[in-house]
Amino acid sequence: MVWNWDYLRGDHNSRQEPVVRTLVIIPAFNEEQSIGDVIVKVKESVPLAHIAVISDGSIDSTAQIAERMGTFVINLSYNLGIGGAVQTGYIFAHEMGYDIVARLDGDGQHDPAQLASLIRPVASGEADVVIGSRYVSGQGYQASLSRAIGIKLFATLVSLITGQRFTDTTSGFHAANRAAACFLAQHLPTDYPEIEGLVLLCKAGFRVREVPVTMRPRQAGESSITPFRAAYYVFKVLLAILIGLLRRVPARNEVDVGAR
Amino acid sequence: MLARVEIVAILGSLSLLAIVIELVRRRQLAEAYSLLWLLTAVALLVLSLWRELLDVLAHLVGIFYPPTALFVVGFGFVLLILLQFSVVISRLSRENKELAQQIGLLNWKLSQLRGKDVGDNIQGEK
Repeated sequence: MVWNWDYLRGDHNSRQEPVVRTLVIIPAFNEEQSIGDVIVKVKESVPLAHIAVISDGSIDSTAQIAERMGTFVINLSYNLGIGGAVQTGYIFAHEMGYDIVARLDGDGQHDPAQLASLIRPVASGEADVVIGSRYVSGQGYQASLSRAIGIKLFATLVSLITGQRFTDTTSGFHAANRAAACFLAQHLPTDYPEIEGLVLLCKAGFRVREVPVTMRPRQAGESSITPFRAAYYVFKVLLAILIGLLRRVPARNEVDVGAR
Repeated sequence: MLARVEIVAILGSLSLLAIVIELVRRRQLAEAYSLLWLLTAVALLVLSLWRELLDVLAHLVGIFYPPTALFVVGFGFVLLILLQFSVVISRLSRENKELAQQIGLLNWKLSQLRGKDVGDNIQGEK
């Protein structure tokens, strides 16, 4: 897919361009089994949106498949981890001037058909950031008991800190408007981007909302999470959140929304 | 007559000082990171030469055998140096991440300008 450079210069007379310019970013690390299916479904769900696949140091054919399917592909030379990959997507969106940025995982656990319900509240201006939560309705794939406990723990903690009720703080199924995407391009934490990012967004004054989604177990490939790692993860995240509380948070109006 | 422990301490801290200065002279150690090492070597040297100061210091913190205070002081400096390393490593990894992100984005822009895929070449080089 070739970028239309007029798009960048703000000349949007071209009829093909959607009025609200939307980018869907898909971070992917060795997801050749599922990435094609995800891209097809994203195109069905939001046909006018552009898609950028961030290949996070993949050594399989993830990037080639995405390229062949006509998405923008950004290759990271080595694996940065989910936070670094997603942030690359936000930087890209910011530089290219998209109005709305949605994000879903390349492993197929997020259903692209539900992208529209995430994007709608952002497009209408009801929220700056919308997060797909699998616990608002409690339907579809549910995590195992130990994971559910961890997720519940984080949800309680984040709700206490932000003063707003959240049910699924580890969800990576998001939509954000231009200001929030710009904020995340600059401040998205690298280590635990979902939870820490959520706390940061709330403290910076962005309006964050959860909408119910159903998630599926990952379609292919290996999850990187083992029980020991999960416990270690819970501990590290708690530490990161608590130390993060001591940090000064940049306010949303400090964010430079103009082009970088 | 110097006690054996004093001679060892003096020679040890002198060697450390000489090694650090030589590394900086050969530009194998950046000045910025040599500062803490130099301070360590000088502090140990002063305390090895000046026995009274060491005695006073040991007495102040309740150490009965004064040469042990040398280890305590050395250990404190080593902790500082390690902490400095952690800070530097954190900064390097952040800058490293930003570089990888910018290279990825620049490669994409380059491929767009060329009208063909540069990404494939990068993948092929692995």
